[in-house]
Amino acid sequence: MKPLLLFFAFWICTSPAWGALDPAVIKQLAAEESDDKIAAIQQLGANTSREALPLLRALANDELFVEGDKIFLMDGEKAMDAVTGIEIQPAPETYESIIINNRIRAELTNAIASLRLQNPDREVRLAAARELQTNTGLEMVPIIDRILARETDAEIKSLLKLAHAQANLGSPLAAARLAAVEALADTASPSTKNLLLPLTKPTIEPDENVRRAAVAALKSIETHLAFAEYVGQIFSGLSLGSILLLAALGLAITYGVMGVINMAHGELLMVGAYTTYFTQGLFRTYLPAYVDWYVVAAIPAAFMAAALVGMLLERTVIRRLYGRPLETLLATWGLSLILIQAARVLFGAQNVELSNPSWMSGGVEVMAGLMLPWNRIVIIGFTLFVLALIWVLMQKTRLGLFVRAVTQNRAMAGCVGVPTSRIDTLAFGLGAGIAGLGGVALSQIANVGPDMGQGYIVDSFMVVVLGGVGQLAGAVWAALGLGVATKFLEGWAGAVIAKIVVLVIIIVIIQKRPQGLFALKGRFVEN
Amino acid sequence: MKTRRNFLKISALSSLMALSGLVSFSALAADTIKVGILHSLSGTMAISETALKETALMTIDEINKAGGVMGKKLVPVVVDPASNWPLFAEKSRQLLSKDKVDVVFGCWTSVSRKSVLPVFKELNGLLFYPVQYEGEELEKNVFYTGAAPNQQAIPAVEYLMSKDGGSAKRFVLLGTDYVYPRTTNKILRAFLKSKGIKDADIMEEYTPFGHSDYQTIIAKIKKFAAEGKKTAVVSTINGDSNVPFYKELGNAGLKATDVPVVAFSVGEEELRGVDAKPLVGHLAAWNYFQTIKNPTNTKFINMYKDWAKKQKLPNADTVVTNDPMEATYIGIHMWKQAVEKAQSTDVDKVIAAMAGQSFKAPDGFVVKMDEKNHHLHKPVFIGEIRPDGQFSVVWKTKGPIKAQPWSPYIPGNDKKKDEPDSK
Repeated sequence: MKPLLLFFAFWICTSPAWGALDPAVIKQLAAEESDDKIAAIQQLGANTSREALPLLRALANDELFVEGDKIFLMDGEKAMDAVTGIEIQPAPETYESIIINNRIRAELTNAIASLRLQNPDREVRLAAARELQTNTGLEMVPIIDRILARETDAEIKSLLKLAHAQANLGSPLAAARLAAVEALADTASPSTKNLLLPLTKPTIEPDENVRRAAVAALKSIETHLAFAEYVGQIFSGLSLGSILLLAALGLAITYGVMGVINMAHGELLMVGAYTTYFTQGLFRTYLPAYVDWYVVAAIPAAFMAAALVGMLLERTVIRRLYGRPLETLLATWGLSLILIQAARVLFGAQNVELSNPSWMSGGVEVMAGLMLPWNRIVIIGFTLFVLALIWVLMQKTRLGLFVRAVTQNRAMAGCVGVPTSRIDTLAFGLGAGIAGLGGVALSQIANVGPDMGQGYIVDSFMVVVLGGVGQLAGAVWAALGLGVATKFLEGWAGAVIAKIVVLVIIIVIIQKRPQGLFALKGRFVEN
Repeated sequence: MKTRRNFLKISALSSLMALSGLVSFSALAADTIKVGILHSLSGTMAISETALKETALMTIDEINKAGGVMGKKLVPVVVDPASNWPLFAEKSRQLLSKDKVDVVFGCWTSVSRKSVLPVFKELNGLLFYPVQYEGEELEKNVFYTGAAPNQQAIPAVEYLMSKDGGSAKRFVLLGTDYVYPRTTNKILRAFLKSKGIKDADIMEEYTPFGHSDYQTIIAKIKKFAAEGKKTAVVSTINGDSNVPFYKELGNAGLKATDVPVVAFSVGEEELRGVDAKPLVGHLAAWNYFQTIKNPTNTKFINMYKDWAKKQKLPNADTVVTNDPMEATYIGIHMWKQAVEKAQSTDVDKVIAAMAGQSFKAPDGFVVKMDEKNHHLHKPVFIGEIRPDGQFSVVWKTKGPIKAQPWSPYIPGNDKKKDEPDSK
């Protein structure tokens, strides 16, 4: 008797935990109809123990397979039966994962969250409680009730109460619905608005008190959402403005300060973006553990790469064409075509794939109904950093002093011993390097391909000309103004009309003030 | 004077070269058949169309290895219209009247097809068009191997309105600003109205080609979706704008379980350049997916992978197959069958022989060219994006369905004939 018992105990210990689940329910996960699958998921999610968790996770990740009447998970090469937890021998050769759609996926999220709420770790429970905030239906009420009774943490409790109220909105008892509406009145999220709106209609909600409470709750939610939308528009305007600024800053130096009409400016952005792509490749091959930080490493790399390309262009072509704007325009345009084709040959005509590092993915919910994406927040911060860098370089260093001297009066600067031709090269390299930095930022939000620069060259010139040639501060104001104006117009009239209106406004401004919004005052040596 | 003499010299030289070229071609002409391939290999559409050129070359190679057509080898003539719509017309004229090709496989955007149409009509050429499109067209000189709206757009929206699709009651029709999205959305609006959905529950939005800032649009969708009814987005965004759109979608926390997005121009090839993990669950409707499992498809995928390796295509180890590639493959094979049936490459005879041709396609069905309307009978699949950028099929039709190039949801179309006029 004893050996048998021992063996039995051993078997229980070694077999995966889900061995104790009802086999019929597990089989039902592979049912043909979505309704049957959902019923099985809800049943597994209502369990008081967490045994079903690995199974449901596997299902959510397309890692639960079916072959004939067997349902199994793959553990490396081994196929583990989902019902018994024993290895299937021999492992099936062909198999398909159980297909789930969005409806099933929503149910899975809730089931997994409710199982994770039984985890002893507070952080896990907190994350799970957040997950429960959408799509909770009436069938979740007993589960949440049960968990609430055991939960001690105040933060998790308040989240659970909200989920509870959401689930209760479909309750047949008017009193429960009323309590739910009142509990939800303080959470001003769009999903709450979605849930409360039907309750204002007499055809859906028979109880007068509930309707009145819903209307009152909606009113406060809508005021809040309108405010959130306004803040959101300003943010997206600033974000677009900072991108325009990053694209244009390099040009503000080469065109604005040095007077070189550089049609290859967009391609310098491209060089920066491709350097970022190249850095990502290096990190993936050699430093896979630090791949999240490739963007940081790409910043100096892109600056150097674009600056080198820029200085090479200046030394070989542009230098010979100073003071001949038309020839410069044509020559740099030709250079831009060469650079585009070079990128095609080196990296292919297709766009390359750049993934946002994890710390730049997703967003932060600053208030209910307003989610700010991390990549845009980081780019706004990066723009400030680049601006500060340029300011320090131009105002506080010897190089900056020389650049300003040469642009203000080349002959005089030369007379007092400034090496003007070297300064030209360095200043052009600086402008190109800044464009490379812009490329790093662009690579995180837009497509990286050989043609990418073409889309930014017009915008960059627009910013520089509008802000006033020769003026870095003017470019800042012009870029932010254009960004915010575009975003408000887009919200009001759509993207196509907004683009037209913005261009018309720019034409009018330039006609009225050909020198730009912020022209330099004072005596100036004009050539 | 000198430049003029130079010019004369050069033109004499080049005409000599052209002549010698012609001579060598006509010497070959007896035992070969010339086939034109008209896809953009540079410019904005190169991203999608390059793969179609490769598919066409691969299929021609396959046919040649199996003995050619009527014992004659196929000779591909590849031209690059460079995503430039008027250039499409010029290049097709060159293919038809100078290179004297017997058939042309090509075009992707509707605007390029519209631009070559007059040339094909005038010179009585033959065009196989392999991409899903908005319908509203039925020409004697064109065979459409992609989907008409009732083979893609309408089933997709029906799925969104079904229980499994989330029972959507409100729709955002989002597209790039040109003829295909505008016409498709016109049809969809009429279709939705016939299903009892009011104008207030439909939002139409367009963005220019190459648009890259989708913050406002996503904010608008969020606001529109918070009006008490399940909302879904129907996207006809074309080209590389899709990448910033989907990135923004992921970052803004708009999950597929809340607001699903179904796309008509996003396939395996377009998702190659995107991190698909935040997009899991968003949908696409096509007549073929690479993940469809059957021996014909396995053969097709392996053939293309081998081809990519042999031709040393960029990123050859990650190549994928998609719907327009399958449509190109079907089109070339059907043309071969029709030529063999007609025992001639004469355009009118081949057009007559195309009616009712059938082919065992990689989508797992025997697809048939309609006897009259120049469109294929195709099955419809709806797939959800997987983390690896492939699609898992969540819905499909029982079998191939007949195309309706004249959508019944556009007024006046009931009077149009389901066959080309000049026949």
